[in-house]
Formats: sequence, C-alpha cells, structure tokens
Amino acid sequence: MSAARRATGRRAGPDPLGGSFGVPADRGAVISRRAFIGNSAGLVVAFHIPFAEAATTPAATPEINAWVVVKPDDTVVIRIARSEMGQGSLTGLAQLVAEELDCNWAKVTTEYPTPGQNLARKRVWGSFSTGGSRGIRESNEYVRKGGAIARTMLVQAAADAWKVPAAECSAAASVITHTPSGRKTSYGKVALAAAQLTPPTDVALKDPKDWKIAGKPLARLDTRDKLTGAQVYGSDLKLPGLLNAAIKDCPVFGGKLKSFDASVALARRGVKKVVRVGDSAVAVVADTWWHAKTALDAMPVEWDEGPNAQVSSASIAEVLKAGLDAPQAVVGNSNGDARAALAMAARKLEAVYSYPYQNHATMETMNATAKFTVAKSGTPDRCEVWTPTQNGEAALAATAEAAGLPPSQCEVYKLLLGGGFGRRGAVHDWVTQAVLIARQMPGMPVKLIWSREEDMTHGRYHPVTQCKLSAGFDAQGNLDALHMRISGQSILAGVAPQNIKDGKDPVVFQGLNAPGPEASIGYTVPHLLIDHAMRNPHVPPGFWRGVNLNHNTIYLECFIDEMAHATQQDPLAFRRKLMGKSPKHLAVLNAAAERAGWGTPAPAGVYRGLAQTMGFGSYVAACAEVSVSAEGKLKIHRIVAATDSGHAVNPQQIEAQVEGSFVYGLSAALYGECTVKDGRMVQTNFDTYPVLHMDEMPKVETIVMPSGGFWGGVGEPTIAVAAPAVLNAIFAATGQRIREMPLRHHSLKKA
Amino acid sequence: MTTLNVNGKRRSVDAEPETPLLWVLREQLGLTGTKYGCGIAQCGACTVHLDGVPTRSCVRPLSTIGPNEKIVTIEGLSPHGTHPIQKAWAALDVPQCGYCQAGMIMAASALLKAKPHPSDSDIDDAMTNICRCGTYNRVRAAIKLAAQGGDMKGVAIHIQHIEGERA
Repeated sequence: MSAARRATGRRAGPDPLGGSFGVPADRGAVISRRAFIGNSAGLVVAFHIPFAEAATTPAATPEINAWVVVKPDDTVVIRIARSEMGQGSLTGLAQLVAEELDCNWAKVTTEYPTPGQNLARKRVWGSFSTGGSRGIRESNEYVRKGGAIARTMLVQAAADAWKVPAAECSAAASVITHTPSGRKTSYGKVALAAAQLTPPTDVALKDPKDWKIAGKPLARLDTRDKLTGAQVYGSDLKLPGLLNAAIKDCPVFGGKLKSFDASVALARRGVKKVVRVGDSAVAVVADTWWHAKTALDAMPVEWDEGPNAQVSSASIAEVLKAGLDAPQAVVGNSNGDARAALAMAARKLEAVYSYPYQNHATMETMNATAKFTVAKSGTPDRCEVWTPTQNGEAALAATAEAAGLPPSQCEVYKLLLGGGFGRRGAVHDWVTQAVLIARQMPGMPVKLIWSREEDMTHGRYHPVTQCKLSAGFDAQGNLDALHMRISGQSILAGVAPQNIKDGKDPVVFQGLNAPGPEASIGYTVPHLLIDHAMRNPHVPPGFWRGVNLNHNTIYLECFIDEMAHATQQDPLAFRRKLMGKSPKHLAVLNAAAERAGWGTPAPAGVYRGLAQTMGFGSYVAACAEVSVSAEGKLKIHRIVAATDSGHAVNPQQIEAQVEGSFVYGLSAALYGECTVKDGRMVQTNFDTYPVLHMDEMPKVETIVMPSGGFWGGVGEPTIAVAAPAVLNAIFAATGQRIREMPLRHHSLKKA
Repeated sequence: MTTLNVNGKRRSVDAEPETPLLWVLREQLGLTGTKYGCGIAQCGACTVHLDGVPTRSCVRPLSTIGPNEKIVTIEGLSPHGTHPIQKAWAALDVPQCGYCQAGMIMAASALLKAKPHPSDSDIDDAMTNICRCGTYNRVRAAIKLAAQGGDMKGVAIHIQHIEGERA
C-alpha cells in the first residue's frame, strides 16, 4: 500500500486499519513553509514528503503525478482530495481523471491523500473542502488536467522506448498503440519510465461531447463494502489498545461545566478516567463505549448555565420579528426604487414567512479517534486523529490547535462519513474534544462517540429566519415592485465572522442574487429590493445542506404563487412573464411543468405546485402532485424535477442526489424543527425530531438536462424546491397557505 | 459469561446482562457492520435477525437472548455478499453514505423471506428504517428487483456496470 490510504474498500485485502497509515515521523525529507489551513492562518508548518520518497524508491508503485498512480498490473489508483459522504463525487471525480487518462475503468481504484501530505506537497491536491456542492464543479479542471498530463507522460514513455514520435502513438483503455507499426504496450509497463519524465505544462482537455467514461451512468466505486458490513466508518475504527469516550457538553449554549462527581463513574466497570473537556464539557473514558456512556449517564453533573438560560423559541421569534420592520438592513440585491413604487402601487400584497432551527441529524453521530503521544523527554510529540470529515485540512487545523502542537507534528486520517450534510465541514468541535481528551490519556488512542442525544443538542443548526414580502402591482395586475426583508441569523457570523464585510453576509442572499453565475434570482422585477436585518441568537448556526437557498426559495416561490393567485393568473404563466431574461431558469421550469402535465387535468383529487431556483451553480425546478384527504392527511404522489448542472458527470448519481434531496427537503418541510427552551434544544432524538419515512416518499422523476458551458453542483440545489413545490400544491388542494415551517404544526383538515 | 449463537457460531461474551445486543456485537464481538443510530429503536440502523425476525438490537438486552436463538448480522447474511437482496442493492447502486444500509438490508431480507412477492404496502410496513441520504426509492426498487429474481426488466434506473479485476 502506498503512503496514501485507500479511500474505498472495493478491493479485497488486508485490514486497512491495521496500523499501516500514517507517515512515520522519523523518515522522509522535511520542508518548511508558511501555509494557511482552514481558519488557522499563518501557522509555520514543516511536513514530510511521503509520496516523493515513495516515487523514487525503485520497488515502489510509480506515481505518474499527484493524481495518478499506475501499478505494474495496470491497476490505476486515482487520488481523491474531496471527501465521500454518500454524494458520489468519489466516483465522479475518478471518472473525470480516468476520462482524460484514457485508462481502463475496470482497473480503477481510489485513495485519499492525507491533509498532512497535502501541505507537505504545497497543496498539490488543492482544497479538501467538501461542501457547497463544490466537490466536482470547483476541482474538475485541475483533476482532468492531472489525468491528461499523466496520459501524455505515459504515451511519451512508450514513444521513447520505441524511439518514435509521441504524435504517432495513441492511448485507449490503458493500452498505448504505435499506429504506424501496430506495436502495443500498457500503462503498467511504461509507468516507471513515465514517472521520471518532466510533466508537460500545457495539456488540452477533451470536449465533453467526446467523453467515454465521464458523463456515463457508471456504477459507484464504493458500493460493495456497504452491503456486507465491511465498510469502516469513523465510529467503527479499531486500533490496538483503543479506549472509548462518551461526552456531555453543557446543554445550554454558552454555559460552562460547574462540577461533577467522578467517583460515581470511576466505581463502575471498565471506567478508566473522568476528564474535564474545555470549560464546558465532561467525558468518561472506559474500555467500551457502552461502559463509558452508562457511567456518564449515572454521574451527577452540575452546569453553570450562563447568560442564555432564559432564551426560548418565542423570545428568539420576537427578536426576529422586530427585524422585519427595522430601519437598518443590508441590501443584497436591488434595482429601481422598490419603496417608492410600493408606496404608489395600485394594489399591494404582503406576507410573512418563517423557518425554524434544524439539526443535520447525520445517521452516524459525531466521532473522532485521537492519539496523543509524549516523547521520552516528557515533551508532547505527536497527535493523530482518525475522523469522518468533510474537510481534512480544517480537521488538521483543529487537531493542531487543540493539541498545542505545530501541524507538522499532527496528522488526520479521513474515514468514511455516515452522512455529512454540512455538519462535518466548517467546524470540527468534536475533533477538538477528542484531542483534549487524548491529551489527558497520552499514548492511548481514544475514540469519542457522541450519543444521539448529544448530537441533537449540540449541532450547528440550520439558521432561523423570518421574511416579510411586499409586492406592488399596477392597475393591470402586473408585478411592479417587490421587497423581501429577511430578518435572522447569519451562518458566517457564527462560523467565519472574518468574512462579514460591512455588516453583510453575502451567503444570506442565496438564490436572490443579481443575474450571474451563482445563486441568482430568476425573475426580473422593475423595482426590486432584497435586504437583510441580521439577528443572531445564541444558538450556533451551521451550513445545513442547501443552506440559505432552502428558506429563501420557500419565501420567494410560495409568494410568487400567492401573487399569481391574488391576480388570478396561472402560476406557471405568471412566472414565465417575469423570466424573459433568465432562459436557463425558465428552461428547467418548463421541463418540469411539461413532463408533469401542467395545464392538463391531474388525476381526481390530485393538485400540482411549482417551484424553481438557482443555486450551487445549477438551475433546478420541481412540479409536485399532492392530495389532501378530508381528514387532512397529505399524500405526496409524485415530484417531477429538472436539473441543469451545465455538465453531468454521472447521470445516475445525479438522479440519486435529486431523490435524496427530496427526502432531505421534505423531512425539513414536514417535520424539521428544533425548538429552544431554557436556552437549550428540546428535541433529543428521532422520536421528537421525526424525518420522512419510506411510506411517505413520492415517486420522483428526474430530468437531467445539462446545457453545457458551465459546471454546477447537484448535491444541494434540489432541496430548495422540494418544500415550495409541495406547499404550492397544498394551496391548490386546500386553499390553505402555509407560511410557517414545519408543516406538522398545521392542520390541513377542511374547516 | 454468556453464550450466544451469532452467524452460525457459538460465541462467549463477557458483558453485563442489561447491555444492548448492539453493543455486544460491536464491542465484544467486533461485528461493526451493525450500526448505532439512535439507541431507542427509532432508526433501524441496528437491525439484525433474531431467529429470522428483524430486531432492533439497540434496545434488546443481552439477558433476554437465549443461547440457541440464532442471531444473524449483516456480516453473516451470506457468503461474500451474495444474498439476492445484496445483489439487487449492488445492481441499483442503492447506498449513498451507506451507514443505514446494513439495517435496511436486514429488514428487506427478512421481508422477502416472509413475503417473497411483497406489495408496495408490505414494503412500507416492513421498511421503517430511517435514511437521511434519501435512498428510499432505490431501496423499494431493489426489493422488487430481488423479488423478481434479479430480472432487470421494467427497472427504470439505468446504471452501467463495468466489472473488472477490482470487483
């Protein structure tokens, strides 16, 4: 096995957790440089160069370049920097490299380089951040170039051996052919020679219309071990001498740990130690997690609940409500003079919407294993962390900071995520905790696993917002002015406050931006004003799959529906009138509406609703079909969804992401709510935080319609249209307009 | 010491009688394919077969399981992942993150044994497992595919399988 660890368990082989990862601290050349990782700017780091060493060792597997390793048996190992968490980009990125490499897909495997190796090699793999549906769209160009450069070098090596011009040679499926003579060789045979060549600086990339591997609905590379129990997730990690930890952090955000009676826990079987973790948490370390968890539950703990102990959902809602009419607000998008036009409008329409806190609720709770070692001299020496993370580099920064060591003495090994959805990317609070525990147990690996209750009450929550929408119409019922005032929480203010400039969090306006390549509004209104009154409660916010596009699309798309009905216009026709300058938005809307049969009769008792938006670089639309029984029971029968992501790297995985997006978006719309009482979260598990089940899942028809010329993401945008399409269909069915999420608080029973 | 019959083998475990079967499997026997999701029998990630009956192992105390009750986990469902449900799952690329899938597969394989040709409502009743990635429609399609013996006729999901030496 090369220095980088396998990312997938596709190949049979020795236990990948047998202690073979990591680069021994005592070998390899050392370089020093100044690097920026995550939010730990300006750390001086020194790293070993494991791959460089491996590549120059004759017996080693030849690395053609950072992205491609070719073994003598023609196995191609493609290195993947971004994390796989179910979204399928591990396979998609491998397809892009393999396409340009012209290799045999049947012999492709993948592996993750570590964050430490990335820094050692001047971030040759670029960003490890896996969020914002950016995995493919942000890195496609340089990974394709990586494949193309490797192909060029392999072909050159063959040409050199044959003493012919490389231009007379071609490559396909890992076989190189000298066309004039018909001689053939394989990538594996020339790989060692190719690895010694100087890489070309400029390579041409294929036109996507010529793709043979990319763009095809290939099966994922990482399925098999997920069917047999062999796949190792973070919480499954086994290491020699491994101890287990359970933790309780102060239930009130901002509170502190006051006291605990360790003797109660220490008297129980298997318990090794009770440790304070930072200033707000306590952990029990034991032989097994079950022993640690039950001892922690039995142990008396007192909290200093701090200044937020009186905060409730109602008090938060009051603060946000005041923001709806506050004079101070930051403008995100405007044209014309919306305030003046509204004042003079022949007719006005106004509505207030709201969206609650929600937990990511990944199926696998937060977890990390940390090992902190001390040298014989007694000085701290090294800290290693094994964890499921959406951003290995940020996890390394958190590790170094918590360990009090330079990153050169730390390493992070990424393990498969049991769900990410944004929880495991921007903030690595659980890694910090694991390291702080391990520092108190030097030499021993300790695995920290959060209980579901800990996970539910210490999330990084979907932010709360309210929105007041005001529309002005002319005498003919044409929309003349629209003001959207968003009041509520900024994610950046909680996660990366240094990115707030002049009081503005630009991410707040996802889906509402002026025309452009990212998250732009699809409607042209003569007088438009979209502004934000930032109100930040004490609950920590986070990037929650779909992020601000989720509520913004509910607000705008439901209000568009309200405007259409208020002016007696068909919701599709009303939208089309406003979308003349947004052809890509319109194309997906038309596609979804037409496939669903908009304008033709639906089955008896079934009603339709529409929604469209643009975000994460892609254009999406949905048409939902629902019925509501006399008793008020909702059934979502079918959703037709259209996606234009520019290019489509793996259409069957795009379909999977679209279906999954409806589950995530409908879970949120129907049930998703975390309420605050006495400063803490009320919901602690899936019994009080229900999600969509299989019997509620609609049929989904996905139209993948890449129009070319741009790269959009697919993991998130469709979530945003799930709720408004269904809510608009519910209005069509019942005449009831739901403006406050989630739906479960509203009776749909006919009055 | 308690004796259990796990995946056809007699195993001795040293755990308190109130320990949930889930943690006995994971921490005493190293069978980590069975997952912890909620601990209160809500999500189904911990589903195993107990004498063929799909059982949420996170709330099943060790003391309630007799030495002859047959426990089957995902690791023991079939040699090399060849159960018809596993083959259907592979054919349709059902898993996304995969964390809930062992529980899904155990629930689905028990369903097929009880009802070889389940209706949609049979599937709804049996498959109450939670999946946050949202694989529900492919789970349903894969159960139907397995029920029709793996015949891809009528399956609307188009996936290109290129198997090679890595498979």
